[in-house]
Amino acid sequence: MLHDPQVETGKDPAAGYKSRLGMRLFCIYSTFYVLFVVINLAQPTVMETEVVAGLNLAVVYGMALIVSALVLALWYDRACRREEVRLNQNNQVER
Amino acid sequence: MVLGIFISFVLFIVGLSFYLGRQTKTSSGYYAAGGQIHWFVNGIAFAGDYLSAASFLGICGMIATTGYDGFLYSIGFLAGWVVALFVIAEPLRRMGRFTFADAVDAPFQSRGIQLMAAISTLVVSLCYLIPQMVGAGVLVEPLLGLEHRWGVLMVGSIVIIIVATAGMASTTYVQFLKGGLLIIFSFILVWSVCARGLSTNPPGGDGGTFYQHRTIPCGNSLPLVPSQNGLRVLEETTSKAGRFALVEEVSDQTAKRTWWRVDAGDAGTRLVEGECLVHTAGGNNLINGLPESGTNKLRQVGSIAKLKGETEASTGPLSPVGILAALGHKDTTVRTWKEAKFEAANGDKVTVYHPVETPGARLLRPGLKFKLEGTILERLDFASLMLALFLGTAALPHILIRYYTVPSPASARKSTLVAIGSIGLFYVLTLFMGLGAMTNGVLNPADSNMAAPLLAKSFGLLLFSLISAIAFATVLGTVSGLIVAASGAVAHDLADRFLNLQLPEKSKITLGKAAALVIGAIGIALGILFKGMNVSFLVGLAFAVAASANLPAIVMILFWKRTTAAGVIASIALGMVSALGLILLSPDLYKLYGLDPLKAPVALSNPGIISIPLGFLTLVVVSLLTERGVRHEHNG
Repeated sequence: MLHDPQVETGKDPAAGYKSRLGMRLFCIYSTFYVLFVVINLAQPTVMETEVVAGLNLAVVYGMALIVSALVLALWYDRACRREEVRLNQNNQVER
Repeated sequence: MVLGIFISFVLFIVGLSFYLGRQTKTSSGYYAAGGQIHWFVNGIAFAGDYLSAASFLGICGMIATTGYDGFLYSIGFLAGWVVALFVIAEPLRRMGRFTFADAVDAPFQSRGIQLMAAISTLVVSLCYLIPQMVGAGVLVEPLLGLEHRWGVLMVGSIVIIIVATAGMASTTYVQFLKGGLLIIFSFILVWSVCARGLSTNPPGGDGGTFYQHRTIPCGNSLPLVPSQNGLRVLEETTSKAGRFALVEEVSDQTAKRTWWRVDAGDAGTRLVEGECLVHTAGGNNLINGLPESGTNKLRQVGSIAKLKGETEASTGPLSPVGILAALGHKDTTVRTWKEAKFEAANGDKVTVYHPVETPGARLLRPGLKFKLEGTILERLDFASLMLALFLGTAALPHILIRYYTVPSPASARKSTLVAIGSIGLFYVLTLFMGLGAMTNGVLNPADSNMAAPLLAKSFGLLLFSLISAIAFATVLGTVSGLIVAASGAVAHDLADRFLNLQLPEKSKITLGKAAALVIGAIGIALGILFKGMNVSFLVGLAFAVAASANLPAIVMILFWKRTTAAGVIASIALGMVSALGLILLSPDLYKLYGLDPLKAPVALSNPGIISIPLGFLTLVVVSLLTERGVRHEHNG
């Protein structure tokens, strides 16, 4: 079975960076999500508007909400890994 | 073949559990798989845990009956993972050990928090268990020919075996297998739907013949139609659900009486044939005028009335975009099905499922189920659901405990990333599975939950068997996770930490197994009680309870230094009680009690918009009132 050894979790020097980035991305996505809900509540018929290739706004927006979650998640993971590597290298140099 | 594949699958899962069970010797192994699961396995297991009966059966069924409104659940369920990844995943992994209670209690070491968090875990897990058990019963009925309650009992028993043998380790691998298979076979099903394309004359379900229900023009008063084509109107009734006529049809020296809807529209008055279920005053069930039997069942329904303006048309194979564009075309209309219940003059209790021609463009935007153009309260209900779905995921105890099965916080983040990718892909597929079921003549008008497996059946028994076995594993995987979470709440949070029983390792595991047995039994009873309710709707309620009870505590502990133990206790208690109270007094539960939903004291069906802010507000107010200069350290 695919098992990894458990590691002791001490102080994470990148925690502050990751937390700030996470909050920023959360706010961006939340705004996108809230806008979707508000359009549906205020002007539901706007969602029938054809946007591209015969697809209406509801379908395009809904799919975009799903895809953008993955895109932001990939971005977040890449940024976190880069920061973790950078701080680890700095720590090794200091030692 | 169906039975063979199904039994093989179940035996494999139980065998795997026994194998892994032999390796579980410590409580860490039982509750968190020793914290050694690889992040990729954990990510797919997240998908297996999260993609429950609600996602596969409920969402597909809701899309098949109400169009885009069902897809809103897909969007909301996936969006919740953004909160989990960006806000919760790593800090929670760093704070906790086995359970949700460990995490929220880490900065305080408060027995009150231990107790309240354990109760909340139990309540949320039980709320989430109900729809899974309902889904299990729904699946087993057509698959094995067993009654709903036997299906629930069977799932409950198998899951208790899985959890009681190996705990989190076996649960993880069951979820990993199930998550992977579910996504692969859903993809195959959607590919098959696209390859078949759309047609006004779909293949239908059993036997590959589709019954076209009739529509007959008629006059406005009785006799509605002259005795023509062997049809004669005997009686007319008007109820809250509309006008209905009892039509006698004579053919081959047999006469059968069925109820038809009287549709008075711009094009004149018409008699519309539907599917008719009558419970006679004498206690018999008649389906479409004849006694209910193994061969006389409600027909499968759901078809396109006009495809781009044509009443006889087929597209041939289409791309996924082509399917959506053709269905959303301004001249496409689809026969969706509505239920009407009334009492006939002779005391018969009548249920008529009748078709309504709905424009495709209307189906592909929200508003058929949620009344977005209705009253302010109806709009609030929609906003409330979307809020609970968004915030609920990151507060589900059975999802949170999965963060403790990986070796490090970075693994928690990476496994969440894998989960978002796999779950997102699955939710995109739900739209096509639901619309496929809506237009391929495979829907059971009395129960939307079987839409996806019945769609698979229209492509052959092999795909049906595999999809049904996976759907059953879907229920098993999620129920296992829920029972592990709940047994952890009893044995670890309550017995070990709150009561400080100081049990040896072996006794802790035994207690966890005993708790799994009791919780499984309660889940079985509730699953039988809630038969017939849409599983997605029920899960939406569980999300609201989780978001109201748990999320304020998690978020505020992480981001507000003035949070106190009393604030956490009060917010969990009030969030949980208010969400549960609002649900119990809601119109949908009134319907379940057999009462008039209009008389429900709470007009909202989804409580999140009240109970979630209430949870946050309570935490802030109580924390400010009980703060004594001692502030907890932020974990990060």
